[in-house]
Amino acid sequence: MKKFGGSAFFIDRDDINTDEIIPAKYLTEITKRALQPHLLEDLFLDGKEFDTQAEDFQQASVLVTRSNFGCGSSREHAVWALEVNDINVVIGESFARIFRQNMFNCGILAVELSKADIDQLFALAGDDDGIKIGIELEKDTIVAENGQGEKAECSFSMNSFDKELVAAGGWLAYADQKY
Amino acid sequence: MGDTTVEQTIAGQTIAEKIFAAHLRDSPTPENMVLDIDVIMCHEITTPIAIMDLVDKGMDRVIDQSRIKAVIDHVTPAKDSKTATQAKIMREWARRHEIKDFFDVGRNGVCHALFPEKGFIRPGNTVIMGDSHTCTHGAFGAFAAGVGTTDLEVGILKGVCAFRKPKSMKIEVTGTLPAGVYAKDVILKIIKQLTVNGATDMVIEFCGPTVEEMNMSSRMTLCNMSVEAGATSGLCLPDKVTAEYLWPFIQEDYASIEAAVEDFSTWHSDPDAEYAETMTLDVSDLRPQVTYDYKPDKVKDIDELVGTTIDQVYIGSCTNGRIEDIRAAASILRGRTVADSVRGILTPATPAIYSQALDEGLIKIFMDAGFCVLNPTCGACLGMSSGVLAEGESCASTTNRNFNGRMGKGGMVHLMSPLSAAAAAVTGEITDPAQFIN
Repeated sequence: MKKFGGSAFFIDRDDINTDEIIPAKYLTEITKRALQPHLLEDLFLDGKEFDTQAEDFQQASVLVTRSNFGCGSSREHAVWALEVNDINVVIGESFARIFRQNMFNCGILAVELSKADIDQLFALAGDDDGIKIGIELEKDTIVAENGQGEKAECSFSMNSFDKELVAAGGWLAYADQKY
Repeated sequence: MGDTTVEQTIAGQTIAEKIFAAHLRDSPTPENMVLDIDVIMCHEITTPIAIMDLVDKGMDRVIDQSRIKAVIDHVTPAKDSKTATQAKIMREWARRHEIKDFFDVGRNGVCHALFPEKGFIRPGNTVIMGDSHTCTHGAFGAFAAGVGTTDLEVGILKGVCAFRKPKSMKIEVTGTLPAGVYAKDVILKIIKQLTVNGATDMVIEFCGPTVEEMNMSSRMTLCNMSVEAGATSGLCLPDKVTAEYLWPFIQEDYASIEAAVEDFSTWHSDPDAEYAETMTLDVSDLRPQVTYDYKPDKVKDIDELVGTTIDQVYIGSCTNGRIEDIRAAASILRGRTVADSVRGILTPATPAIYSQALDEGLIKIFMDAGFCVLNPTCGACLGMSSGVLAEGESCASTTNRNFNGRMGKGGMVHLMSPLSAAAAAVTGEITDPAQFIN
């Protein structure tokens, strides 16, 4: 199975919607690659425009956020915009249903942790931009380590069907084989 | 017939459970259900990438062209080369696969208004589309869910879609709506109470005497915005109102409307069905509801927002672009004019609605009031065309989302009913429509 994990970027906000992840004006693109420069372009944090050029964001392969990530429009473009920026894992307290399904349908991960665990990860990250998170799907655990070598381990439960989709490389491959 | 069969005692089922059971293709785990899908709807924003992926993979097939309904609605007529290309991909695909129910310029309209009006959705159906407001079709007693492009692609190719075992939330609405208060106000109030993720992974069942009294247009408004509370789908139990709406399409199948109603009752939840949550709402004293800020659960009674300046008024969309909505707005606009500071935009949701509004003299009322009347399209609702806001501008809108940037970067969308939007057009600020109702 594909390996998941790497440098993590933290966004401390609930209810980040898919219009913020990828604005509708880019939905006229017909290749996934064209979405690459526009990920989270319309996101505002505490009234300030999100800096999409920040180096630690550019290097991230894991996104950690709060609750109800990916709400709103069904656009899978939101997932593709993450994918083409090499972000293959989003960790949050909860996800909007369509976004969560779109992640697994593309063979990548939406990992749900308790609020306490998410708080712990945010605390571990602090202002440190060197945090790395590894996902061990077989053990249902994630291991986070910051630049000072401090670690945290959290366990999650993931629907076994969703895991099968990831193993198959997505829903199209799974469904083509089975139905 | 089983004259000696012993009836099994099983727990009652919700309508969602009945629809799932009737469409179950596979259950890869007890929590996951793969359903046969009756209606697979496609539009030009989320479908072309699915089509191109299927072509790339040598899988350019459709499970059954009669189950596919396709429309160009988000940006139409095309505004630039990119949208023209999306439309072309859809058009050529529909021709190649002989998809009969394909609606192009001149016959196209907002998907969730057009497809119901064509009679494509029946009680007990399963419906998917690459569009989050697909839940609108639940108004017919169907399970209708918005999905992503990969789900749509599998739907087109295999006719199936996977969902988690449904949990249902029963929302019972009681009381008579006061004058000037509409289904839109009811659903905004419900979303305020549920919050934007209060119904995640649930199917909302709207019931109670107020819903039973509502016409299909109002029921579609309710179901349309279920997703704004995170719901997988929203639905209403099919009844005489449903049968009368569908009668032109089903009269060959049933001896009478009563016979259709009797058949539709198969899709009613059992009295002992189990719900994950229940909620009741008495709307007898409900005030018109309006959103502020950038989430659809940020809702206040209109009284708290009266006087807020409005630059644009938008009446249209899959939520409130139907003939009943246009009539409601026209009742205020008749003999009045749009405030000098306001740009008024009306987008009837389908050609049939546009045509009906012309026949009833409603379009003239809008034009005399100073409204711009656009062709049917999703357009400004998601800031894709025709009515995008500039930074710092506000729109009184009958649409469904007020996300930051939704109708244009830096713009603010206040969601409200068509009546409240018409009142705002006249005064240039958020206004209680009651003052214009005789």
